[in-house]
Amino acid sequence: MSDRRTIEVTVNGVRHTREVETRLTLGDFLRHELGLTGTHIGCEHGVCGACTIHLDGAAARSCILFAVQAHGCEITTVEGLAKSDGTLHAVQQAFRDHHGLQCGFCTPGMQMTITAFLAENSSPSEKEVREAISGNLCRCTGYQGIVAAALDAAQKLRGA
Amino acid sequence: MKPAPFKYHDPRSVKDLVGLLASLENAKLLAGGQSLGPMLNFRYLMPDHLIDLNRIAELAYIRPGADTLEIGAMTRQRTLEHSQEVQRTCPVLVEALHSVGHIATRNRGTIGGSLSHLDPAAELPGVCALHDAMLTVAGPNGTRSIAMAEWGVSFMTPNLEPNEVLTGVTLKAWREPHGYAFVELARRQGDFAMAGVGCLVALDGNSKVRRIALSLIGVTTTPVRLSAAEKLLTGSDLAGEAIKAAAAEIGALEALDDAHATGTYRKRLAGVMLGRAIGRAAERARMQGSRQ
Ligand code: FES
Ligand code: FES
Repeated sequence: MSDRRTIEVTVNGVRHTREVETRLTLGDFLRHELGLTGTHIGCEHGVCGACTIHLDGAAARSCILFAVQAHGCEITTVEGLAKSDGTLHAVQQAFRDHHGLQCGFCTPGMQMTITAFLAENSSPSEKEVREAISGNLCRCTGYQGIVAAALDAAQKLRGA
Repeated sequence: MKPAPFKYHDPRSVKDLVGLLASLENAKLLAGGQSLGPMLNFRYLMPDHLIDLNRIAELAYIRPGADTLEIGAMTRQRTLEHSQEVQRTCPVLVEALHSVGHIATRNRGTIGGSLSHLDPAAELPGVCALHDAMLTVAGPNGTRSIAMAEWGVSFMTPNLEPNEVLTGVTLKAWREPHGYAFVELARRQGDFAMAGVGCLVALDGNSKVRRIALSLIGVTTTPVRLSAAEKLLTGSDLAGEAIKAAAAEIGALEALDDAHATGTYRKRLAGVMLGRAIGRAAERARMQGSRQ
């Protein structure tokens, strides 16, 4: 007999009510139940950071959170970063400008990590950026483009 | 689905929690989930019941006293890191938190979870040892207090019965002006420390050690206070020779030996971390002194 609960969550501004099995992770809930496949699932044990989302504004790993724990919470995923007219978020635009991605697997997690970080620290040093993304693994870029993108986005966001 | 099936419970009070713990067989407590989550996903653990502590509001607090700092078990690591009260009373805790995982894991991770999981490389138990913490545990027969020195029974095993739960921890703050430092070495930022040392030190008017506390993580099965080294250094001027003699005391410890680092290497590293931690703490103590 599976253990089920009804949960209510707001994802990227949209309210959803669903009945879920209690052992369903938030990452799988977003992808399989809501079809929001922008959140990537890499290691599924809290190491790679690909699944990072914002839970009530704070970056968190959705592969080691249960959907039932998000009941009553506001969630933002990478799909919630760009404007509805398709204009990219400053962090996304900077990734494009600085070759901050190659295969794109780590990108949603990187961007959710960096947007939350810049909201707290609007003028970080390079060292602080590297520390902020230390929990996100990228196997393609060598991180240079990602760091450059984060620093550029910080500057643009300050100016905006 | 990654974890094996379980029945989920989310009590709203410590009373309800203790009741559940007393009545359920093979139950696991879910705090921040940053260590338990992976273990459930791997099915290393297959509890029949998962009791989520995240909706028990009374377990999250920071209460500074005259010379204590009381912290609720479900207080998030990130909350501690940003707390002015913590920075004022136990700044070494804030310094150590910068090495605890990453921002996203500290947003969820809790001090009680870290103390109960008791990974040998965990920083927060090391800080609790440094500050002579007392832990409060609730169970079917009420609450009891345990000194941090008695908390670690063996590898990843705290002094906790299956029907008990850690509810809070009280750190003893140092009243006198002192320097502090928490220094560790890991293969990358936020990874498990191969060795780490916490240090609190108060100096007298002649720059001699009046009081010193040293704790070590990542080397022994549970965090330890380096009491022999503390004794050696008390009254000393922290010159190179004194620190060398203190570091030599680490040689007597039984060290963890695994794929990440051999015991010999860990102990050697611990000596280096010891020197760095004392150096930084003493420098801060001197700055404190010159500001008086
Ligand atoms: S998929 Fe969540 S951290 Fe790797
Ligand atoms: S772009 Fe491929 S993993 Fe980062």
